[in-house]
Amino acid sequence: MTCIEARGLRKAYRNTTALAGVDLKIETGRIVGLIGPNGAGKTTAINAVLGLTAFQGDLSVLGRDPWAARDDLMRDVCFIADVAILPRGLRVAQVIDYVQGVHPRFDRAKAEGFLARTTIQRKSRVRELSKGMVTQFHLALIMAIDARLLVLDEPTLGLDLIYRKQFYDSLLNDYFDGDRTILISTHQVEEIQHILTDVIFLDQGRVVLDASMEELEVRYLELVAGPDQAATARSLQPIYERQAFGRTHLVYDGVVRERLACLGEVRTASLADIFVAVIGGHQGERAA
Amino acid sequence: MSEPAAPKALPQSRLFYWSIRRELWEHRAVYVAPAVVAIVALFGTGLSALWLPRVLRRIEAGDAKAAMALMSPYALIAFSVLLIGMIMALFYASAALNAERRDRSLLFWKSLPVSDRTAVLAKAAVPILVTPVVIFGLVVAAQVALLIWSSLIVAASGLSPTLLWNYIDLSVMWVVLPYGLVVNALWQAPLYAWILVVSAWARRVPILWALAPFVILVMLEATIGAMARAAGAGPRTTPIADFVGNRLLGGLAEAFSVDGKASAAIDRIGQLNPLRTFTSPDLWGGLVAAALLLAAAIWLRRRREPL
Repeated sequence: MTCIEARGLRKAYRNTTALAGVDLKIETGRIVGLIGPNGAGKTTAINAVLGLTAFQGDLSVLGRDPWAARDDLMRDVCFIADVAILPRGLRVAQVIDYVQGVHPRFDRAKAEGFLARTTIQRKSRVRELSKGMVTQFHLALIMAIDARLLVLDEPTLGLDLIYRKQFYDSLLNDYFDGDRTILISTHQVEEIQHILTDVIFLDQGRVVLDASMEELEVRYLELVAGPDQAATARSLQPIYERQAFGRTHLVYDGVVRERLACLGEVRTASLADIFVAVIGGHQGERAA
Repeated sequence: MSEPAAPKALPQSRLFYWSIRRELWEHRAVYVAPAVVAIVALFGTGLSALWLPRVLRRIEAGDAKAAMALMSPYALIAFSVLLIGMIMALFYASAALNAERRDRSLLFWKSLPVSDRTAVLAKAAVPILVTPVVIFGLVVAAQVALLIWSSLIVAASGLSPTLLWNYIDLSVMWVVLPYGLVVNALWQAPLYAWILVVSAWARRVPILWALAPFVILVMLEATIGAMARAAGAGPRTTPIADFVGNRLLGGLAEAFSVDGKASAAIDRIGQLNPLRTFTSPDLWGGLVAAALLLAAAIWLRRRREPL
């Protein structure tokens, strides 16, 4: 089943083009990382998916047009943004009351259960909570909603390592199942690469890579070559190269493992290296 | 895991109810400020009630003028609560669609299955429906409290409280006030709708943007009019100033004065003239304007992003 499908998705602001014709298809049950440099159009794409911004082109989310039917769509979609967006003047209990009041798929007992594991007080106002606690609270609300699609826009920005780890652990252990789809946008590539099933690289409003993690593992390899092999290794046209401790790290796109194995240590390239290789290459073109 | 069953929509009335509740949680001043004023007014009038035994003795001695003073504390309570209630409603409307963009909570509200129409109509309902109810409730509560307190003082002085009750008739006020509040709310609906539009549109100080065009026009009119009269050009007319005054306070004049033009205050129920009021083109024109402005506010809220 298809969860999100976009064809020719475009969005232009007065002076900039945020999305320059994006095509993508996200199947149900996937955890997709939407990755790109600042200004790549990630937030615009997410806003379009959530019905927060008008767009050109075709976009279908859970079979609906998000711009035409945002409130209807939001019964099945949850969203956590890059900064704390919970109403700061409300008390924790009031926020829970409100969500229970307006959301047909909210399970209050579940939310209370998640909150019981934290130090968040029902009577506290949201503004009195630390940034980490606000995110915990928001996550507790979201996890108590039986939604089909969860959209996270830089959800752990500004949180310390422990909160970030807890956040993704809860998401995987208590929330995710094969019926749900999660779309995460983030810069912190290393931290989420082990939970993703798919990645989409966005740069300058375009999709520059759209692949499953399995495909990436086969396609992108990293070779660590000693000085003697470096010249031979370079002749195989690596897409990215860096030096570390006198050895050369090279990333290859679509070169078979056997050809590299004789030149040094071969391993699956990390998402961060692939990101730098793919996007960095584009930015080089941009400069040229 | 459960089948992705088709989620059923909650009734609109329920979404509307919770939308209003959240407005009142976020903007407590809408009812707290009038409540504080009601308490202060009650305190002041309660102190003045200490003179009641002496006033009543003078009335008994034939001083008719003294009797007129007996109702004024009750009118003072009503007036002060009404005034602050209206002021808070204006401030509320100017913040209603602006504050949620400013603190980015707009993204949270929009991540829930509540339409922009429901959200904006709930925001319009606060000054138009909630404020009048708050005002009426507070006024009646404060007036009853004052009447009880006054009766106790009179009784403690050895006079019969019925003496006091002969002169204090709140029944007229308790009919005229809610009637007037309804008329005034309908009259001012376009005012609040206009401020909501500006609240959704302006980046900052929406109250200033909402009022500035009218202030500037009235000032221009006054300046030009003064010069025109100095040049001997015709009688003085100030259509813009009249329009602004009528839209701000015309509802109160319509509701609480005998002729609808603020000449004499209504003091008998028979003086109410709903037929005149509800056939007034000003009222209906205002309601049409309010509907158009609210549609604009909904349109803006749908498109506006956090600041």
